[in-house]
Amino acid sequence: MTAPAAIARSPRRPAIGPALLPWCGLGVLTMLCLLLKTELPWLVNFPKEWTLPLASYIDAMTDVVVAVIQPGFRALSALLEAPMRGARLALAWLPWPAVMLAVAALALKSSGERLAIFALATLAYILLAGYWPQSMNTLALVLLAVPISTVLGFLLGVLGYARPRLRPVLNGALDLMQTVPAFAYLIPLLLLFGFGPVVGLIASAIYATPPMVRNTMLGLDRVPAAISEAGLMSGCTRRQQFWQVEVPTALPQLLVGFNQTTMAALSMVIVAAIIGGFEDIGWEVLSSMRKAEFGQSILSGLVIALLAILIDRLTIGFAKPPETGPTRAMRWMTPRRLVLSLAVALAFAIAIRFAALDATFLPQTALRTEMGGVNQWLLGIVRDYAWFFDGVRNAVLYCLLLPMRVGISGAATPAIWGFALSPTATAVYVVLVLALAWLAMRRFGWRGASAMLAAGVILYTGFLGLPWPVFILAVALLAGQVADYRLGLFALAGFALILVNGLWPQLVQSLYLCTLAVLLCLLIGGMLGVWAAHSDRVSHILKPICDALQTMPQFVFLIPALMFFKVGEFTALIAIMLYAIVPPIRYVEHGLRHVRADVVEAVEQMGATPLQTLLQAKLPLALPVVMLGLNQTIMAALSMLAIAALVGTRDLGQAVYVALGKADAGMGLIAGLSIAFLAILADRLIQAAVARSAAASN
Amino acid sequence: MNAASRPIKLACRNVWKVYGRRPAYYFDSRGYVIDPDALAERLRAEAHLPAVVDASFEVATGEIFVIMGLSGSGKSTLVRCLSRLVEPSAGEILLDGRNLLAANGKELIELRRHAMGMVFQNFGLLPHLSVLDNVAFPLKIQGKPVKEREARAREMVALVGLEGREASFPHQLSGGQQQRVGIARSLAVGPELWFLDEPFSALDPLIRKQMQDEFLRLQRMLKKTIIFITHDIAEAFRLADRLAIMRAGKIVQIGRPADIVLNPADDYVAQFTEDMPLLRVITAGDIATPANGAALPERSIAADTSLEALIPQLASGVGAFTVPGAGGSAPAVLSAGAVLAVLERERARRTSE
Repeated sequence: MTAPAAIARSPRRPAIGPALLPWCGLGVLTMLCLLLKTELPWLVNFPKEWTLPLASYIDAMTDVVVAVIQPGFRALSALLEAPMRGARLALAWLPWPAVMLAVAALALKSSGERLAIFALATLAYILLAGYWPQSMNTLALVLLAVPISTVLGFLLGVLGYARPRLRPVLNGALDLMQTVPAFAYLIPLLLLFGFGPVVGLIASAIYATPPMVRNTMLGLDRVPAAISEAGLMSGCTRRQQFWQVEVPTALPQLLVGFNQTTMAALSMVIVAAIIGGFEDIGWEVLSSMRKAEFGQSILSGLVIALLAILIDRLTIGFAKPPETGPTRAMRWMTPRRLVLSLAVALAFAIAIRFAALDATFLPQTALRTEMGGVNQWLLGIVRDYAWFFDGVRNAVLYCLLLPMRVGISGAATPAIWGFALSPTATAVYVVLVLALAWLAMRRFGWRGASAMLAAGVILYTGFLGLPWPVFILAVALLAGQVADYRLGLFALAGFALILVNGLWPQLVQSLYLCTLAVLLCLLIGGMLGVWAAHSDRVSHILKPICDALQTMPQFVFLIPALMFFKVGEFTALIAIMLYAIVPPIRYVEHGLRHVRADVVEAVEQMGATPLQTLLQAKLPLALPVVMLGLNQTIMAALSMLAIAALVGTRDLGQAVYVALGKADAGMGLIAGLSIAFLAILADRLIQAAVARSAAASN
Repeated sequence: MNAASRPIKLACRNVWKVYGRRPAYYFDSRGYVIDPDALAERLRAEAHLPAVVDASFEVATGEIFVIMGLSGSGKSTLVRCLSRLVEPSAGEILLDGRNLLAANGKELIELRRHAMGMVFQNFGLLPHLSVLDNVAFPLKIQGKPVKEREARAREMVALVGLEGREASFPHQLSGGQQQRVGIARSLAVGPELWFLDEPFSALDPLIRKQMQDEFLRLQRMLKKTIIFITHDIAEAFRLADRLAIMRAGKIVQIGRPADIVLNPADDYVAQFTEDMPLLRVITAGDIATPANGAALPERSIAADTSLEALIPQLASGVGAFTVPGAGGSAPAVLSAGAVLAVLERERARRTSE
């Protein structure tokens, strides 16, 4: 990020500013630490004796507090139990033809006949696959969580709009709610509310509220001045101004918020299945994955995926009408006809229930019960092609994962790479890194050179072998220079907290897993994005895939990864990448397609080759957008960490997951907060970098 | 055309609007005579932004008063002070002799509901309401029954020539049509005072001309008291009975269009108006002299005829015209010589550049 700024300043003689000095000091410290590593092992492995048992303090405190306030929450839990049971019974009571009719009518109103057909197909698939009751149970939870989140989010959003002073507090709280992995707050919720689906409901409601808050504030902020002035000049009272002018004008944005809230609730309801106690579709996926029934897990995963896409399209259709205007089917489905169809569906349901009280009308033999052969077949495939999958896994494991984790110095042993690092090879490596750093110096100035040296050191020692004082100081220094001293202090404090809690090894594992996933996503996704930006056909193919990947609840990504690669770090990497690859594709394509056309024309007019145009004009101009994509990628990767822990990792996500298993609120919270801290730090860093480059280019 | 004889609808006295940390600090001293330029200078030096500097003017009932200035000159802020969308920092605004700034929230809402209408540059239409509902919106706010407000809205929609588009939504209309809706809405409550804030600036030049004609047609029917904001000098001179020119928050000159082109207050105004053709701006009434009992020429022309329109008649040998006085005052005489003098002045203006 700082690189283009450096070019702009002076290409030939890089300015050695005061900013460089601390980095030189850090370089010396790094060398010292590396040399003393064998004598002073605490430089790399934070000693156990130095940790503070903060987690057990928290546990002790929660024990006391929970005992006091638990009755209140248990009462609330009982209060929520009733509507939940009601919703569940109502959906179970509705015969499937009535549900299909109602959903098809809604789809027709929302986006026309194509969505209606998709809706019917989806519901038919759920029925045939034999997951109807489970899907209805999931829907019941979503249907309860969404109104809670929507109303709560709207109220908080209005508060933030009306009282700008509360904004910073509100934004901080929202950041936390969205970045702390849900597993982490499932624990205190479990302690407070007791075991059962109510916890899932409450966790979903918490997780799904932030998008509504943000969109409410955004929508109300963006009401054009002319419209609110027109309202005032019409003589609106405050209340009239709000309900009749501001809210209706912001309505499209509010509906976008509703859409995002619904999707978040669905995703969370499915993740919350992990605490069990509720026979929903998430539980189906989880249990079939545990039993290694790949056929069933694919079937049920597909149910989740289709359901997610259906709910997404249904809600977004109301928020954003097609640009070409409503289609004929949408116009035909007037509000009156919609109400009529819903009434007919209800009447139909009642009639069916009167005619046959207890019949479920569900098909007797569902696909899921016929999966034995398919399971065998799938297992057979996996077994037959094990050489391929294992080959891929081992290649990545030994060539990428291990060097990142333990470094070249650790990987180059006879046991792993088949040879040991001779002093000559080490010398060659050092010379190579120095040469690359010199090149980076000429091209990007000292910042580029420092980055190159840092990469060289990390690759040599590996993330695990990196002395923690060096790492913490480097990140804090970077934060301090790119943003301000406050972010630097924030980084210091955050890392210190992780350190004293003895979570340093897990942190390093998380960092290296995320770094690798983000780098690979940027590389692969970036290339796909470039391709899509230059070929309409590729763009057409990628768009629905990206849409589907993005609407999918995170849980689903585990299924294929687990099926082909078994439990392990590599599987987690694949799952994380599946979830985090969409932002780079999207943002790179969007950035490249929306580069100012006059600049590109001017560059082409000068006779630049397409590659030169791309590398020297389009990519630098698209950089701010690409950085936003990078930000999203990091957020996605970090949020996937906790989920990926299910397939076996040794990172912070695993710490949260283990804590959940032991109902260890303290450790869960601290590990969860650590992930949130990483996410917030990365987000602020990138935002500051984008702001800096924007300031430099203006 | 004599504005002075009509009652004053709106008076604006020493109105200031200052943005900054504590604008009130500068206006505590009641009774002092403030030198506006010195105060504005001091405000700027102390990191405040004086958007409106000591604005004073009066608008007569039925008059079109145009406030013109470049962007950033404070004209939009000034008109928002007049409707109290922006709270002035100091000064006095009298509407029908009552102090507008003393009105409390409730009274202000009542005033806006009945006494004022406003048209906005970017239309300010509510995107979720149809044309008819947009026009009926101010009536709905007042709690008028549906039938009554729809009838009134239909009337207004017809007035601006949008019959048949009542059920359309704003995004389905062109810019010109949207502004017609904005105009209809601002007129729906039948206000006597009508603010138009750059109503035609967002439109294409051709549409703008059409809308100006339309506006003049409406005004001939409705006879509202109008404050019209524009940055387009041609538009200002075309529509104005009187106009005020603003620069850096200050009104530098107020007068009839002819006064301003004939006697610009300073170089800025002169430069600003130098492209306005005198013959088109100046009307017969502007330069006719009182007959003082002398014989009246037989050829008679209306006072608002532009000099340009007289040239063919002058060319055919007419030596002088009678200009009948408005509202029973004595008729005046316009001689060919006076017209030629203006022509000569225009030539001198062109060649001196």
